[in-house]
Amino acid sequence: MLEGLFALLVFQLLGEACTRLLGLPIPGPVIGLLLLFVLLRARPQLIERLRPTAEMLHSHLALLFIPAGVGVVMFLPRLRQEWLPIVVALIVSTAVGLVVTAWVAHRLAPEDDEA
Amino acid sequence: MSDDIFRLWVYLSASPLFALSATLGAYLAAQAIAKKCKFHPLANPVAITVILLALGITAIGEDYQRYFEGAQFVHFLLGPATVAFAVPMAAMWSRMKRIRLALAVGLLGGGAAGAASAVATAWALGASRDTVLALIPKSVTTPIAMGITEQIGGSPSLTAVFCILTGIVGAMAGPTLLTNFGVHRPAVRGFALGTAAHGIGTARAFQEHPEAGAFAGLALGIHGLVAAVLIPLVVGLFIKLG
Repeated sequence: MLEGLFALLVFQLLGEACTRLLGLPIPGPVIGLLLLFVLLRARPQLIERLRPTAEMLHSHLALLFIPAGVGVVMFLPRLRQEWLPIVVALIVSTAVGLVVTAWVAHRLAPEDDEA
Repeated sequence: MSDDIFRLWVYLSASPLFALSATLGAYLAAQAIAKKCKFHPLANPVAITVILLALGITAIGEDYQRYFEGAQFVHFLLGPATVAFAVPMAAMWSRMKRIRLALAVGLLGGGAAGAASAVATAWALGASRDTVLALIPKSVTTPIAMGITEQIGGSPSLTAVFCILTGIVGAMAGPTLLTNFGVHRPAVRGFALGTAAHGIGTARAFQEHPEAGAFAGLALGIHGLVAAVLIPLVVGLFIKLG
């Protein structure tokens, strides 16, 4: 578990370093994800060693969004003022995004990939 | 006596202990509620926790900045959790490769349709420029979305709030919506949840099926990468033309 957390932190660090040094518009953790992915494809036996840590973090993924989410209290005046466009835009666009993605992928993906 | 309590409060609110305990406590309560509701999508743990904490913070007059200083240790773990998506992605890669064209077209179409419909509805209903700009990357994972808004001249912290709200809407309405549209395969359901509702959709996808979770994580990562490049380009073009 500790070993897995160490690996994730090191890859995040590498990602942050790449982003800063190369001036990329992509956040460090995403670069870290790509780098770790390349490593795991090259050395698939490492997947099992990292799995417990990854599963632990992902089973409580929702918790990690809470501190940013509570930031909603700072924007209550704006939400009160513009609630209609905000609520409608959020609901409509999220539904459109979901349905378009799912429908296209569903239609284009071969049905026999179930196995 | 009340002086002692006051001093204790001053001490506790200056250390991260209070914010961390409140965050974990509210989350555990939300999980218990979600479990009571048999993990119905409407009993979304993020929504319940945010409401509990927002009410609590307002009630005791604590301000958000101070709360966040303590709770940032939880927030920090979003970084390692993002990197960790490499693990299920690498494990599922051979399955993903077989349907990569479907996934790529679905992601581009769904991502663009989501962003465009957000701008169109908000603008048509009279939202301010700041609100419209902050809505554009709202389906992208929060840290990337904040960076995108900064680049196109909007408010990153407002975007963070829209991201969380989008995630909550997607996680609450998504499962039923997908079922109604006849989408039952875990891979496709997860992929759509990750594309439209980023990490919170992914958390929901993991609740449904491990494979749905892995595909949601893949969608979230690729959507973030693609959006970080395309949104500033497209918005820049529109601003130049307008």
